[in-house]
Amino acid sequence: MVAVTLNGERQEVAIDPDTPLLWVLREHLGLTGTKFGCGIAACGACTVHVDGNPVRSCITPLSLVEGLSVTTIEGLSSDGQHALQKAWIAEQVPQCGYCQSGQIMQAAALLARNKNPSRDQIVEQMNGNICRCGTYLKIIAAIQRAAREG
Amino acid sequence: MARNSSKTRSLSRRRFLAGATGLSFGLGLAGLELVTNATADDRVWPNWWLNISADGTITIMSPAAEMGQGSFTALPAIIAEELDADWAHVKIASSPLDAKKYGNPWYNGSLSFSSSATVRAYYKPLRMAGAQARRVLLDAVASKWGVPVADLSTEPSAVVHPASIRRISYGEVAKFARPPAELPKVEEKDLKPLSQFRLIGADLARDEVPLKVRGAAKYAIDVRLPGMLYAALLQSPYDGGAPETVDDGKARKIPGISAVVRLPNGVGVLGVSFEATQAAKNALTVTWTNAPGASFDSEKSLVAFAAVARDKSKRGIDYFNAGDVEKAIPAAKTVMRAEYRTRYVYHAQMEPLNATASVAPDGKSAEVWIGTQSPSGVMSAVAQVLETTPDRITVHQHWLGGAYGRRSPADVGIDAVRLAKVAGKPVKLLWSREDDLKAGKFRPMTAHYIEAGLDADGMIVAWHHRVIGESVVAYMSPASFERIGGKDHILMKGSVLEHYGFPHRRAEFVRQICGTRLSPWRGVGVGHNLLAIEGFIDEIAHSQGRDPLAYRLQHTRNSPRATHLLKTVAEMADWDRPREGRALGLAIEKKDETLVAGIAEISLDARRGKIKVHNFWAAIDCGVAVQPRNIAAQIEGGIVYGLGHVLREEITIKAGHVQQSNFMDYQVMRMEDVPEIKVAVISTDNMPTGVGEDGVPLTAACVGNAFARLTGIRLREVPMSSTRVKAALGGKV
Repeated sequence: MVAVTLNGERQEVAIDPDTPLLWVLREHLGLTGTKFGCGIAACGACTVHVDGNPVRSCITPLSLVEGLSVTTIEGLSSDGQHALQKAWIAEQVPQCGYCQSGQIMQAAALLARNKNPSRDQIVEQMNGNICRCGTYLKIIAAIQRAAREG
Repeated sequence: MARNSSKTRSLSRRRFLAGATGLSFGLGLAGLELVTNATADDRVWPNWWLNISADGTITIMSPAAEMGQGSFTALPAIIAEELDADWAHVKIASSPLDAKKYGNPWYNGSLSFSSSATVRAYYKPLRMAGAQARRVLLDAVASKWGVPVADLSTEPSAVVHPASIRRISYGEVAKFARPPAELPKVEEKDLKPLSQFRLIGADLARDEVPLKVRGAAKYAIDVRLPGMLYAALLQSPYDGGAPETVDDGKARKIPGISAVVRLPNGVGVLGVSFEATQAAKNALTVTWTNAPGASFDSEKSLVAFAAVARDKSKRGIDYFNAGDVEKAIPAAKTVMRAEYRTRYVYHAQMEPLNATASVAPDGKSAEVWIGTQSPSGVMSAVAQVLETTPDRITVHQHWLGGAYGRRSPADVGIDAVRLAKVAGKPVKLLWSREDDLKAGKFRPMTAHYIEAGLDADGMIVAWHHRVIGESVVAYMSPASFERIGGKDHILMKGSVLEHYGFPHRRAEFVRQICGTRLSPWRGVGVGHNLLAIEGFIDEIAHSQGRDPLAYRLQHTRNSPRATHLLKTVAEMADWDRPREGRALGLAIEKKDETLVAGIAEISLDARRGKIKVHNFWAAIDCGVAVQPRNIAAQIEGGIVYGLGHVLREEITIKAGHVQQSNFMDYQVMRMEDVPEIKVAVISTDNMPTGVGEDGVPLTAACVGNAFARLTGIRLREVPMSSTRVKAALGGKV
C-alpha cells in the first residue's frame, strides 16, 4: 500500500511500488490525461507535478512519490480555467494535442516560480517537451500570454 | 461514440430528454435526401448531416479524422456557411462511420483522411448540401407566409422578409417545416459569392481544443474496457519475417502474463498490465524466417541507388513526360547535371500506435477502438483477417495523437484483433516507442539525378529528373501499383513542375526493391524531390550568374500564382538585404494544386558543423483560405516537422535491423531549434486545396540553398547533420 496525495486527495494505492507512476495514473487509476510518449524521459508527454516540481512520470516509480503530493492535468485547476489553459485556447496551441498535457504541466511549474519568464527561460524550461506537430512558437506565445494576463 | 466534441455531449443529452421536435436533413454527398420531419430524438442522428432543433441548435456531422489539421471543424463550417447558420448555435458531432453517406470523395467515397485532401474534397459537396438545406427552410417560410421565395433572404440562423420586415429564426422554422415531396435543386449559381462568406475565411476556434487543454480528449490509447487484457507485440526486425523459433520461458515467468501468442508477423504477449507485457516481450528470444529485407543495409544501398541514378541505361517508368527530353538535352547550349540523396525518416507521431479490439465468440465480427486516418481501411483489413464482411466490423474512432501518414495503414488494428480473437476477451495492444520506431513504416530513402538543358539565354528548356527508390504504393497495395502502371504518385509527387513550364520535362521513377516497411510521410515525395529540384535550380542560377529569385521569376512568368508567392515571400524576408554571417535560401513548391514559397535564413557554427535556422518565411496559395489562422499554423508546424529531417533525423538500417530506437537517437526538433516563422496566407478564388503537408517539403531546399549561398558549398544529402556538414566543409573550417 502506497499513500499519495493525488490531485489534492489522499489515496492508498495497492499497486507494486516499482510500477512507474505514469501507468499507475493512466491504467490503474484512469487518469488518462497524462500521456505516454517514450518511456525514457525524453519527450515530456508524461509530465506531472510532484510537490510542485515537474517530473517525468514514466521513469518515476510509485514508491518514490510515497507521502508526496502528485498533480496531474486533471488536477491543475478544478474547472479547466488555469491561466495557461485559457491562454492555450486563446492562442489555439494544440494541433493533435497529445503532448499538450505535458507541455501545460511543464509550463505551469515554470510560472509557479517565475511569474514573468523571459523567452530564453521559457525555452530552457520547455526544451525537454517534444511537440511533433511543431506548435512550439504557439506554446511560447501562450506562456507569455498567461504570464501577462494571469 | 468514442469521440465527442467539447460541445456535443451535453447537447445530445438535452435533446434526448426534451424529445425535441426539429428538422433533420440527410445530406448525402450526392445531394440532399430529406428523410423525415423529426419528432425524433438523438437516435435518428446517425443518418443525417445536420439537424436543426426547435431551440435553434444546429448539429452538423463531421466525418473528418482529426489529427491536428483542423478538418473536424472546417468541414461543418463549410456547411454552416451555405446554410447561413449562426456559428454560435452550431454543435459539431462526429459522424457515424458510414462511408456511403460520409465517405471522402477524394477516396471514392471511402472514409479515409490523408493526402491533405479532406477540405479540398468535401468543399463543393458540403457547400451544395448547406445551400440545399437553406433552401428547404426558405421554401417552408415562403409557404407559411404566402410570399414568393424570391422575396425571402437569410441572416445568420434566421429567414427574413425585408418587404414586411418579418424575421423568423431557424429554430422557429424547424417547429413547422415539413419535408417537401421533392427536394429543391441547388446549382452552383445558388451558392454564396465569396464576398459574402462569414465563416469561410474567418478564424473559428477549433472545436476540440478545450478538451485537449484539460487532458480530456480521448485518444485510442486512453481506452479501458471491462475485463480487458493488455498486449505487447515483438515484431520481426524486418518486413515479412515470421517467428521461426520462440523461446518464451523467461517471458511466461513474469507475473501477470497469461499467454504468448504467435502471429504471422510477430509474437504477442497477453497479460494484466502494460508493464508486465512489455517486460515479457523484452524477455522473448525469437528467431525469424528469412525475407527480402533481412540483410538490407541502407547506407550501402543508397550508394548503389546513386549509381543507378547516373546510369541512364537503367530505364524506369515515366511518371511524367512532355516534349522531347531525349532530343532537347543533347541539343541544348549547356547541359548541367546534379545528384542528391535523402534517407529514411520516421513519423514519430507522439501517440505510439495502439488499438483495442474485441472479437465476437463466433470470430466473425469485431469492434476496434483506434485513432485512424482510414476507418474504412481498418474495417476492410480486419474483415479480411476474420474472413467476414466489413459491415460486421465496428470502428470506434478517436482523436489521433499525431498521424502524418502513419495512421493510414491498419496494421496495429489487425494485430489487436488477432490477439483479441485468441484471448477471447478485449485486448489493448500498445506499442512502446521502441516498437513504434523499430517497426516504423518510413518515407523511403532516395537518390536523384537531374539533367537540365539550357538555351543560349541560360534558360532551362529541358529537364530530366530520375528518382531512384522503393515504391510506397507497391508496399501498401500491390494491386494499386499494378493499376496505376507503376507510376507511384507518393514517391513522385512534386516532380511535374507545371509552374516552371520547361518545354521538355520528364520525371522518371526507377524502382528498387529492398524489402523495407514504408508508408506516406507528411509531404510524401515532394519532400525528397524538392531538395533535388530546387537545389538544382539554385545551382543553375548560380552557374548563369543569376539571382535565384530573379531566375525563378523568369521561369514562372506563365504562372501568376507562383510569381505572386515568390515576390511576396521575397518581400517578407527582405531578400536583397545582405546579412552579416547569415544567408537566405529560397524554394517554391507545388503539391497537387497548392503552391508555397519559402525562404530560410541560416548561420553556421563551422567548428561544430551546426546549421542554425534563424528565420523562416513562407507564403501559401491554397485557393480559398477556408480557415486562414489554421492554415498558417499548419504551414508553421510543417516547417518545424520538415526542419527536423533536414537537420538531424535519419533512420539507418543494417542487416535488416533499424539502428535507432527512441528520441535519444532519433532526434526530432525541440523548442530551442525552432526559428521564428512568418506565414502569409494568400486567399485566391481558386478551389481550396491541401495545406497539412505543404510546409514540410520547402525546408530541405531552403536550408540547402541558404547553406550554399553562405559557404559556396552545396549539401547534396539530408539530413544536413553536423558530421555531414563538417565533411562537406573539409579543410575550410
